[in-house]
Amino acid sequence: MGLDASTAACCALPVFVSLLVVRFAYVTYHSGRPLSKLSTSAARVRCLIVLGSGGHTAEMMNVVTALQKDRFTPRYYVAALSDNMSLQKAQVYEQSLVLVEADKEETLGNAQFMQIYRSREVGQSYITSIATTLLATLHAMWLIITIRPQVIFCNGPGTCIPLCASAFLLKVLGLGWSSIFYIESIARVKKLSLSGLLLYKLRIADQFIVQWLQLQQKYPRAHYAGRLM
Amino acid sequence: MHAKITIFSSASAPLLGRRRLRRADDASSPVRNYFLGGAEMGDRGRRMVFVTVGTTCFDALVKAVDSEAMKEALLQKGYTDIVIQMGRGTYIPSKVSGSSTLQVDYFTFSTSIADYIREASLVISHAGSGSIFETLRLCKPLIVVVNEDLMDNHQSELAEELAERKHLFCARPQTLREAVDAMDLTALRPYEPGDAKPVVTLINKFLRFPVD
Repeated sequence: MGLDASTAACCALPVFVSLLVVRFAYVTYHSGRPLSKLSTSAARVRCLIVLGSGGHTAEMMNVVTALQKDRFTPRYYVAALSDNMSLQKAQVYEQSLVLVEADKEETLGNAQFMQIYRSREVGQSYITSIATTLLATLHAMWLIITIRPQVIFCNGPGTCIPLCASAFLLKVLGLGWSSIFYIESIARVKKLSLSGLLLYKLRIADQFIVQWLQLQQKYPRAHYAGRLM
Repeated sequence: MHAKITIFSSASAPLLGRRRLRRADDASSPVRNYFLGGAEMGDRGRRMVFVTVGTTCFDALVKAVDSEAMKEALLQKGYTDIVIQMGRGTYIPSKVSGSSTLQVDYFTFSTSIADYIREASLVISHAGSGSIFETLRLCKPLIVVVNEDLMDNHQSELAEELAERKHLFCARPQTLREAVDAMDLTALRPYEPGDAKPVVTLINKFLRFPVD
């Protein structure tokens, strides 16, 4: 009996692994390619907007301001637990939209704000940061599963990594599909940030946007569409 | 102090106003009125230098500004006041008042940094992108001082690129004095603010939304 079970496991494991590899290859192939018409027959997409901090948040809010609000709705804003300013900025902006639109009830429900644990605070020791990284990753996974975003906007720094990784994992497992847009900060002129480099090299970002031409020349899969600031 | 202010305001401020106006005329058409706001400020006699370090700790910059040589250089250029936003720094600059030199004032944080920038005739800032673009948007002459003590010093990239494009001057704490001496405000070119629409168009195309 025990033998049978282990033989079955031995046979099933390679099949399972190769299925996962094929799926991984499929997802990697499809990431970075425009969606087929069918998948966006819906008129609106659920958005996850990851707010970095300070300058990152300012750049992201410029993108959000230019988004077609009727398409990119509902909007879930996420910021680090230690960062109070970012969500406040987003809230002020969403409030200003409510004032413009007539249908107040609906507009208010279109925006949600949540906080996420950070994997590592500045100056935190490396030993405790293992535990906090684990916590942050689990929390990110939970957020992605509950929100099920169709589109993710992020621009660094580190806060977006667990979220993007979780979303990518769900794609590989076939539990959901989200298009990940990463817009590298304007402060990066010659080199990508660590978060940017990770998402670019691992091909987790579906579309990778930089704000300087010289950076686009260095990373040919990146797109350049002018500056945000 | 009062005597000094009047000397500077009558001698150099109108001159500066004229120079700035001319530069605004020279500038390419869409940004023609860019520097007019700045000229207005300079003509009221008080020419304030605003030093900002954002939310960082950048004592090296505060110390550099607080030095006698630096104050001398700023005085020479016709500035009358220094206001320092010192953030999390611990170095307390010496407040000078009375008849000696420039008026120095400082504070740690403020929610109305933009008001100080608007009031300033010159901004000396750390290299954070928030402070840089806020100052450029308000069309103020800007010297960015790069903090070399930071671990991951990517910030100099932005300041150097914008300095190359003549939107600002770039310095280190130890070269700030030379930068002030050598600064030629007429060499500055207005910064045209960015636009998020092309990025949003790109995103829409990717998602196969009709592009309007």
